[in-house]
Amino acid sequence: MAQELAAAGAFASIPELLARNVKEFGDRPAYREKEFGIWQSWTWAQAAEEIQNLALGLLALGINRGDHVAIIGRNRPALYWGMVAAQRAGAVPVPLYQDAVTEEMEYVLENCGARFVICGDQEQVDKVIEVQEKIHHIEHVIYFDKRGLRKYDHSHLHWYHDIQEEGRAAHARLQDEMAVREAELNYDSTCVMLYTSGTTGRPKGVVLSNRNIIESAKNSSEFDNLGMNEDVLAYLPMAWVGDFIFSLGQAMWSGFCVNCPESADTLMSDLREIGPTYYFAPPRVFETQLTNVMIRMEDSGNLKYALFHHFMDFAKKGAGEKYGMPRRKVTTKKRTLEQKIRHGFRYAMGIGFAIETLVENTIRLGFTKLRHPVETRKHFKAKDPIGLKLYRGKLQEYFKYRCGDVLVYGPLKDTLGFGRIRVGYTAGEAIGPEIFEFYRSMGINLKQLYGQTEATVFITVQPDGEVRNDTVGVPAPGVEIRLADNGEIFYRSPGTFVEYYNNPASTADTKDPEGWVATGDAGFFDKHNGHLRIIDRAKDVGKMADGKMFAPKYVENKLKFYPDILEVVVFGNERDMCTAFINIDLTAVGNWAERNNVAYASYQELAGHPDVVSTIQDHVETVNKSVAEDDMLSGCQIHRFLILHKELDADDGEMTRTRKVRRKVVEEKYAPLIDALYGGKHEQYIETEVTYEDGRKGSINATLEIRDAAVVGTNQGQKTGVAAE
Amino acid sequence: MSLDMNADSYVTADGRTIGPVVMDLKNITLRFGGVVAIKDISFDIREGEIRAIIGPNGAGKSSMLNVISGFYKPQEGEVWFRGTKRPPMKPFQVARQGLARTFQNIALFDGMTVLDNIMTGRLNHMTANMFQQAIWKGKAEKEELANREVCEKVIDFLEIQHIRKTPVGRLPYGLKKRVELARALAAEPSLLLLDEPMAGMNVEEKEDMSRFILDMNDEFGTTIALIEHDMGVVMDLSDRVVVMDYGKKIGDGTPEEVRNNQDVIDAYLGVAHD
Repeated sequence: MAQELAAAGAFASIPELLARNVKEFGDRPAYREKEFGIWQSWTWAQAAEEIQNLALGLLALGINRGDHVAIIGRNRPALYWGMVAAQRAGAVPVPLYQDAVTEEMEYVLENCGARFVICGDQEQVDKVIEVQEKIHHIEHVIYFDKRGLRKYDHSHLHWYHDIQEEGRAAHARLQDEMAVREAELNYDSTCVMLYTSGTTGRPKGVVLSNRNIIESAKNSSEFDNLGMNEDVLAYLPMAWVGDFIFSLGQAMWSGFCVNCPESADTLMSDLREIGPTYYFAPPRVFETQLTNVMIRMEDSGNLKYALFHHFMDFAKKGAGEKYGMPRRKVTTKKRTLEQKIRHGFRYAMGIGFAIETLVENTIRLGFTKLRHPVETRKHFKAKDPIGLKLYRGKLQEYFKYRCGDVLVYGPLKDTLGFGRIRVGYTAGEAIGPEIFEFYRSMGINLKQLYGQTEATVFITVQPDGEVRNDTVGVPAPGVEIRLADNGEIFYRSPGTFVEYYNNPASTADTKDPEGWVATGDAGFFDKHNGHLRIIDRAKDVGKMADGKMFAPKYVENKLKFYPDILEVVVFGNERDMCTAFINIDLTAVGNWAERNNVAYASYQELAGHPDVVSTIQDHVETVNKSVAEDDMLSGCQIHRFLILHKELDADDGEMTRTRKVRRKVVEEKYAPLIDALYGGKHEQYIETEVTYEDGRKGSINATLEIRDAAVVGTNQGQKTGVAAE
Repeated sequence: MSLDMNADSYVTADGRTIGPVVMDLKNITLRFGGVVAIKDISFDIREGEIRAIIGPNGAGKSSMLNVISGFYKPQEGEVWFRGTKRPPMKPFQVARQGLARTFQNIALFDGMTVLDNIMTGRLNHMTANMFQQAIWKGKAEKEELANREVCEKVIDFLEIQHIRKTPVGRLPYGLKKRVELARALAAEPSLLLLDEPMAGMNVEEKEDMSRFILDMNDEFGTTIALIEHDMGVVMDLSDRVVVMDYGKKIGDGTPEEVRNNQDVIDAYLGVAHD
C-alpha cells in the first residue's frame, strides 16, 4: 500500500487534497456560482474556510464518525462543501437525486440511516419532513436557501450559515477533535456512498473508498492532461458518480474550477458564459442541441443556410478530424518568432478568405434572387455556392477549414457554449453517428467512455485520435478487462468499489474474491483496433424461439438515431419475431408538422397521425435492412410496431431517473398492446394511468394503430417476407 | 376565531403579526359625471396584512385601487395614510410615499428587457441627475449598482433568472404578470396594490403566484391589497376581505365572515326579484 500512496502523491483523502490545493493554488478560483446575475467566485482558500466552519458546525451538532450525511439539492458550491465538510468531520456524504419523489427518497434515506441531511431549499426540506413521519433516525436538517422556511419549526432545522457561525464560534473547542478525525482518514476509509439509479429493482448504496476516488481521479486527469486551468460546469445530478468524480474528485486532484449554474432554466446561457474546457453530457443533451441547431438553421437566412451546410458537409468529410481538433497539451512555452509569424499569417489568411467568401456569395445570392425570386434557397444551394478554390496549393483544405472556422464553426461553437472545449465526454448510452460526427467535425474533441458507479466511472475510454462512434475505447489506465464466454464484460481496477452498503449478498454476486466485477453488459473487442464494443445488457441478450440471438438494445439504438424517434422498446425474447413500441420526439416531429401544415392538439394526436406512422415505418424498414446485414443479429428485425400514445416517463416508473427504460415495467403495464402486437390485430384500445409531476394521478386512453414492417430475408429465411399493408 | 381586531396589533393563526392601520379610507365617493362608481365606502388596511377587494364585474374595485394609488381623486371622503390625511396628490407623489402597484392589463415596456423593466421600478430611489447619469461616474454608478442589486434579489425571489435579458414583448402572459410584480416589488413598497394578479392564468401559474404573494408578505413584511376574482385564491390568501357591489360596500371581515354574509351570497349568486 505504501507504493500506491506514493503513486497518488501521498494524498489519502479529499480533505488532504483540499489542504494541498489551498497551499498551492490558494488564490485561484475553486468554485463559481451565478447568483444575482453575477458569477460569484470563491478561491481555494475561501472555500476551505467555508468547509472548515461547516465541518466544525457539524461537530458542534454532535456528528459521529461514520455517520451518513445525506445531501440533496441542485449543484451548488455550498453542497459540494457539505460533502467535504462531512468528510472532515469523519462522516460519509451520501448525495441523493434531487428530483426523486418522496417514496424514492424515503427508501434511500432509510437504507443509509442518515442522521444528518443537508438540503438545498424548501422543496427538499418539505420532502425530508414528509419522510420523517415514517423514519425517525434523521436528527438534524440543514438547509441553504432560506426562502419560505421562516415559519418552519426550527428545533431540528438549521440554516446553513447559522451552522457555519456556530462552527466558527466553536473553533477553539472543536479544532483538535476535527484534526484527530481527519488524521484517521486513510486510503481505505469510505469517501462517499452513491446510490445506483436502480434500473433493476431498488437502488443499492455503492461504497467508494478514498483509494477508489483518488486513484480514478488521478488516472483520468493524467489521461486527458487536465490541469488547474480547466473550467467545468457542474450541472449533472450530484448523486451521480460522474458528477462526483468530475466536480469533486478531478477538481480536487487537478485543482480546477467548478462552475455552478444559476438555475436549471438558465443552464444554456450559463454554459455559454463559462465556456467549459472539460465537459460531460449524456448523448441526449447533444442530440437536443443538434436538433435545435438544425431547426434554427431552417429558419435562418439563405446565405447563412447555404454557408452552414456547405462548410458542415466539408468538415464531415474528414477535414474536421484532420484540422479541427484542439491541441492536446496546453503549452506554457513561449512561441518562437517564426511560429508567431506563421500562426499570424494563417489566421489572417483564414479571416481574409472568410471575407472573400462572404462578399462573393452575397453577390451571387443577389443574382440568384433576381433570377429565381421563388425558391431562392433551393437554387442557390443547388449550385454549390462556395465552390471557390480559395488557395491553390497544398494547404487548400487547411485554409478552407480555417475559413469555415471563422464563418461557421467558431460562431456556432460559441453559441452552443463549446467554444473552449478541449475534452468532451459522452457516455451512458450509444450516441448517434450523425450527432457524434457533427460535433467532432466542428472541432469539438468529443469522446466516449464506458463506465459505471461500481467502477468509479472509468472502465474504458477513447484516447485522443482514436475516436470512433461505435466503440467505447480501450481500457482506462489501471483497468483490466476480461470477457466471459457469453460476452459479459468483467473488470478489475483501483476504482473497483468496496461493497454494496448493508448488502453482502449483492456484493458477492457482483464482485468475486479476486476483485473482478461483473458489469452485466455484453460486448466484444474489435479485432482491428482493440477497442471495446458494447452490444447490450448481458441479461437482456436473449434467444429468439428459433435459437437466434436477441439483442434489443442494438436495434433500439439504431432506431433512436433518427431524430424523430425518442425512445424504442423492442420485444422478442423467446418469441418467433420481434416487435417494438416507439416514442416519437415531439420537438422534431412537431417541427415537421408545422412546416407541413399538419394540425395537432396533443402528443397523442400527433403520434397517431398516419403520415407520422408511415415515416416511422420507413425508418423501421431501413433499420431492418441494416440489421439483416449481420448474420448473428438478423433475427432481431422488427416485424410489427406501434407508436405509443404517451412518452415513457420516470414519474410513471417506466424509466429510471437517468432515463433508461425499465423493460419489465413497460412489459407489464402495456401487456394488452404486446398481446395485440403478437396477436396480429391492427389496432388496440388501451387505458393508461399517468402520474403528474406533483404526484397526482390521471389516466389517458387511446386506440393505437399497429403496422407491419417489411423484413429482409436471410440465408436461412424460411419465414420471412411479411409484406407491408 | 377570537381575534381582537380592534387592538393595535395582533397575531394571526399562522403566526404573522398584523400591525396598526396604515391606510384608512373614510367615506369615499367617486363620480364620473352622473355615474357613481364608488358610494360612501370606508375601510382600512393594516400593516403586514393581505387585504382582498372582491366583487362582481363593475363593482368599482379597480376604481377603488385607483383612488388609493392617487390616479382618481374622489369627490368626497378622505384618505389617511400612516396617520396623516393625504392631500390630493399626483400618482408619482403617492408612489414616493411607498406605494407600488400592478395593473390589470399588463403595463410593461415591451421593447425593453425584463431587467430594464424591473429597473424602472427603482426610479424613486434614484437621485443622480441627468449629467451625472451621462458621465456615469461617482453617484450615478454607485446608485445603479445598488439598484441593480435590489433588482437581482427580486429576480431571484420571483425565479425569473432565465428571462433576465429577454425583451418583455416575447414573453408569455403568465411571465409578464410576474415581471410586472417584480417591477412593483423592486420599488420596495410598504403597501403593494395588485390589480387581478391572477387573471387569465392556469391553475399552476395561480399556485405559483399565490406562493409568491405569501412569500412576499412573509419575507419582506409587505402589506398587500389585491383585487381578485378567483374566490378560492382570495379565501386562502387574505386576512380580511372587502366585498363591493354596484359601488357599495356590502361586506367586510375575515374570509369566513364574508363567506357567510347573506348580502355577499346574494351579490355573487344572484337573488330572486319578486
